[in-house]
Amino acid sequence: MSFLNIFKRKESKVSSGRQNSDRGILVFENTSEVIRAESVLDEEGWKIRVMGPPPEIRSGCDLVIEIPLIEELNILRTLEKAGVQPLEMVPVSSPLLQPVNIFQNKDFGKYLMIRAANMKLTVDKETMQIVNISGGGCPDVPYLAQEMVGKSLTEAPSPREIGHTLCGYALQLAYEETRRKCSLS
Amino acid sequence: MFAVVGTVPDREFPLVSGEVRLEDDMVCIDGKRIPVNRGTPALFAAAVKTCEVLNQPAPFGYVVGDIGQGDGSRRLYEYLTHHLGKCSFSSIVFHYLQPDVDWHNRVLFAVDEMAQRPVLIADAGFMYAAKMSGQSAKYDLFTPDVGELAFLADEEAPHPFYTRGFILHEEDRIPELIARAYEHKNASRYLLVKGKRDYVANRKGIKTTIDSPVEEAMEAMGGTGDTLTGIVAALITAGIEVKEATVIAARVNRIAGHYAKPTPATQVIEIIRHIPRALKDILHKNEGIREQICV
Repeated sequence: MSFLNIFKRKESKVSSGRQNSDRGILVFENTSEVIRAESVLDEEGWKIRVMGPPPEIRSGCDLVIEIPLIEELNILRTLEKAGVQPLEMVPVSSPLLQPVNIFQNKDFGKYLMIRAANMKLTVDKETMQIVNISGGGCPDVPYLAQEMVGKSLTEAPSPREIGHTLCGYALQLAYEETRRKCSLS
Repeated sequence: MFAVVGTVPDREFPLVSGEVRLEDDMVCIDGKRIPVNRGTPALFAAAVKTCEVLNQPAPFGYVVGDIGQGDGSRRLYEYLTHHLGKCSFSSIVFHYLQPDVDWHNRVLFAVDEMAQRPVLIADAGFMYAAKMSGQSAKYDLFTPDVGELAFLADEEAPHPFYTRGFILHEEDRIPELIARAYEHKNASRYLLVKGKRDYVANRKGIKTTIDSPVEEAMEAMGGTGDTLTGIVAALITAGIEVKEATVIAARVNRIAGHYAKPTPATQVIEIIRHIPRALKDILHKNEGIREQICV
């Protein structure tokens, strides 16, 4: 499964020269909706980015999708077809917050721990079993740990599938990096 | 008595409140049983164990099911705005809640209505909301890890996920990050920064550090920060001053971890089981602490 557009650029339906001049953001009900919309638009090849919202519309645990304004109608149509519609579209001119993209690894010998932002995921290198999840402060962290710990990297649900918050999103980064380190993706 | 406000990872779990007990490694509250894994149940369990040793009343819990969609948290926030003002707690710990600045502010208004202001401790999602609201200074204690400290230090970041890259969360930059958090008024009266070395700080600087015993595996374990917050809350409620309570709690958590002989695969309940022995070790060596405890 592909992940964040922040890290992976696809062939775009929009020329790259246009993206920084006329941008808007799609605001959704919650982070789960953002993740769904991102998947839909990513699969359709739209050049979009998941970002932090501007201060005036922040509530505390938010993501928004940055889009080229010129393609607003086409993008909204794509989302409508997929049944995931934003609450509103807001034009933006100031820089948006970039999600953290720094990973830190700690090798415990038998175990490998990967940290992304405030989330850490630890696996048994031999069995690929997820043995611990730590960090974070949003309520889906204990839920993600409950659903993922004790399962192998190939069997466990991904945070992207069952997480709902920015901490869940950060754990997805750690999960993807762990799979990459363990040569599973 | 002190209160703990948080969530459990079960969407169907109702909003309940009441005195918290621990039975067979399960947290019991208002007739409901919750497995101790990590998050708020781990905090509850550590607090109960600490209260038992200190001969203090068990904590009072406010808890609701929330798996990250925020619906449970919002119900709990609303409940607190109606009830907290009429309550009397010596301290309140706010824990795993969906960060929401508007609801955070309303809860703080309810706290202001209390006859006597409690010691306010925030960790996890509620600490994120407290920082984002610009009202960190109203809290007596935050208990961030190094990643969360970087978030507190970044005056622009609304969540640890957006901490800017130039503010690296590396252990050797902790003093600098603490200073920056205070400079921008994004820290509580005291900070207990948990990590390989624990730091206790206030706006005047680092007061002390605690770095032994070291169990490297604890960094990978989910819930070890929650146990630390539970222990410190119980100590403060027992009458120990915040700064001293943070130091004792950090030591107790480390010693309990040491007794558990953890690997990165160890679950936090193994550490919780050793909290009474670790706390008794500390109390045994320090008569001064025993004298401060209100029974």
